[in-house]
Amino acid sequence: MSEALRIGLAVIAFALVICATRAFPFLLFTRRDPPSFLRFIETYIPPAVMAILVVYCFKDIRWSEYPCGFRELIALGCVIAVHIWKKNAMLSIFGGTALYMLLLQIW
Amino acid sequence: MVLAQSFPVTLPVLFGYIAIGVPFGLMLVKAGYPWWLSPIMSLVMYAGAGQYIAIGLFASKAPFSAMVLTMLMVNIRHIVYGLSLIKQFRIAGAWKPYLIFSLTDETYALLTGVKVPPRIPAGPFYGMIALLNQSYWILGSTLGAIAGQLIPFSFRGVDFALTALFAVLLIDQIRRTKDVVPPIIGFGCAIASVLFAGSSNMLIVALISSMVLLILVRGRS
Repeated sequence: MSEALRIGLAVIAFALVICATRAFPFLLFTRRDPPSFLRFIETYIPPAVMAILVVYCFKDIRWSEYPCGFRELIALGCVIAVHIWKKNAMLSIFGGTALYMLLLQIW
Repeated sequence: MVLAQSFPVTLPVLFGYIAIGVPFGLMLVKAGYPWWLSPIMSLVMYAGAGQYIAIGLFASKAPFSAMVLTMLMVNIRHIVYGLSLIKQFRIAGAWKPYLIFSLTDETYALLTGVKVPPRIPAGPFYGMIALLNQSYWILGSTLGAIAGQLIPFSFRGVDFALTALFAVLLIDQIRRTKDVVPPIIGFGCAIASVLFAGSSNMLIVALISSMVLLILVRGRS
């Protein structure tokens, strides 16, 4: 399969998956209450997935080589601190990214 | 009239979507894909975190089924959004299909927070909010992609926006659920997966193992 075709098919498949997750509750539970299994998924899966995705972003850091991921950890620490303090998602994301880009230039 | 009432509501998302849409476009182009893939993705598979993850999945040599399963797990939180909006969307009329299609984290946050102004029907009001938000996202991601193609300036580190986005969503989730066990399980499974399954397979291994562990730990409640 060519690379362009693979990407094209992936975009279509992703579009269908995203639509399906959004439409699912409206299609099935407009007239009846959702089963407890679904409440389990909606309560416990999202926080676990977010934690996994944070680690996913750090998967290619070489921890044994200088600077050992310090810049990433510092920037992440600032994002967490600012978000707990200010509760402003855009400030945390934008500020953290700017700090990280700066750290890459000066460290 | 509807536009004038809904535009001020969407202002925070305008700035936010430019701020995380531009890095998305930059990342896509820096990963070697053409700039026009950015507006296409923002149009048909409109999802902030999902689109970022898609760049990584394109580049990985993961099998198609693993790519789709990963996307499903990343977007499963949308089921939660839908469930809590079933009642609210009953009066949305013709806008309802589009509202469901465009239900991102930010649009969900706005729709659950706003009050419909007097003498304006709820459907077009909600619909205009959702439509404005998606246009900001398309605008931001396209600008980023074009900038990435034109400007040789080093955007090294701009992909940290994704890490920050996930960290912020995680903190918001913990704030809402007041339960640190699911994120600790996710964290532990993810680190074990990097160590034992390698970085190219870690996502799918971590998602499945944490799901199994969660069912074992929390399945009875």
